[in-house]
Amino acid sequence: MTTTLPKAPTLPAPRGPISENVLSVLRGERPEPPAVDDSPPYGDDLQLALYCCYELHYRGFEGVDPGLEWDPALLAIRAELERVFLGALRDDVPAGTDVEGELDALLVEHLDAFGLSHHLRRRGEMWQLREYVAHRSLYHLKEADPQTFVIPRLDGTPKAALVTVQHDEYGAGDPEQVHSRLFAEMMTELGLSATYGAYLDSAPAEMLAEVNFMSLCGLHRGLRGALIGQFATVEITSSPGSDRLVQAMRRLGCGPAAIRFYAEHVEADAVHEQLIRRGVITPLLSAEPELAADIVFGVRSSTFLAGRLEERLLHCWNRGESSFRHAVEAGRV
Amino acid sequence: MPEGRRRVIVTEDGPILVYGPVDVEMPDGTRVPSDRAVTALCACGRSGRRPFCDTSHRRRVRGEERKEYDP
Repeated sequence: MTTTLPKAPTLPAPRGPISENVLSVLRGERPEPPAVDDSPPYGDDLQLALYCCYELHYRGFEGVDPGLEWDPALLAIRAELERVFLGALRDDVPAGTDVEGELDALLVEHLDAFGLSHHLRRRGEMWQLREYVAHRSLYHLKEADPQTFVIPRLDGTPKAALVTVQHDEYGAGDPEQVHSRLFAEMMTELGLSATYGAYLDSAPAEMLAEVNFMSLCGLHRGLRGALIGQFATVEITSSPGSDRLVQAMRRLGCGPAAIRFYAEHVEADAVHEQLIRRGVITPLLSAEPELAADIVFGVRSSTFLAGRLEERLLHCWNRGESSFRHAVEAGRV
Repeated sequence: MPEGRRRVIVTEDGPILVYGPVDVEMPDGTRVPSDRAVTALCACGRSGRRPFCDTSHRRRVRGEERKEYDP
């Protein structure tokens, strides 16, 4: 069993002036801070720049000074990027305070919905499934890590319940059951590279934005309500979605290690949904009712960003095109 | 909670939540283990993964009820 972290990922290619600026800081240069205001908030350039800033809080990059994680100049750039991203989300999702209504809406199964998992279940092709898994690896190879940042920002019952969920995500003491490891095994079985960061260059901005939103809310105590809303959204919608992916993989003849990841999530997330709603949200709201608006913001933002990724991928696939950026062939056979 | 007593939560319209690893004995005598800290047992009878909950108890609708903020 390996007990050390594998090698950190290599730096990605820039996608515009802002990400080029951040990358040059990571390489040890001291450029003038970039202008961020005219950059599209969900675009490749801004999202990659933000993703690289956040990655310093996880595994970092090969050859990049770990001390840059708390570099004031880089944090100043990050704050600007966050301001633009957060501002766009506040504009794009309506505000609300009815947490219960919001979660109830997520609990309804829409039989004629047509999302990514529905598409993959009904008529997805193997190359589309592999692209989906490659994109999702940006999150799942660090599954649960962004949400772990919120633990010290909670207390009492919500903290205990959230840690119960995280304990399960991290394999309940068994390294072979850690969800990120199950995901890596699925990637290998699908013929993809399970190396951390292998699909960063090929991932569309929409995927980066989803992970960035988690990191943003996890790293800011002031956004802990939004982090809880994001987490609840994933845990509530994951179980039926995972079941559709199990069906997709069976139909496509995938092996047991591939099927196992989503099969595990059908059962695990049926439990996590209950723990998050009853153990985290209800007691958190009774202790801090003023967090309601942020929880709703977290739910709506993560739904909005997931919708954008879904739209992007289905748009490509409906035209028979790859959703990899530049159709980078990252392991496609 | 006193030593050896398990916490069991009966939810209104969802699964029964049992704390601690459990062996579930099925009608035919087979035992299904669950090592989770909390196990959700199907209470509606619709789960495709009995004895465990797979969220099949959820309300299902067609088209008409869309969330108004859907992008």
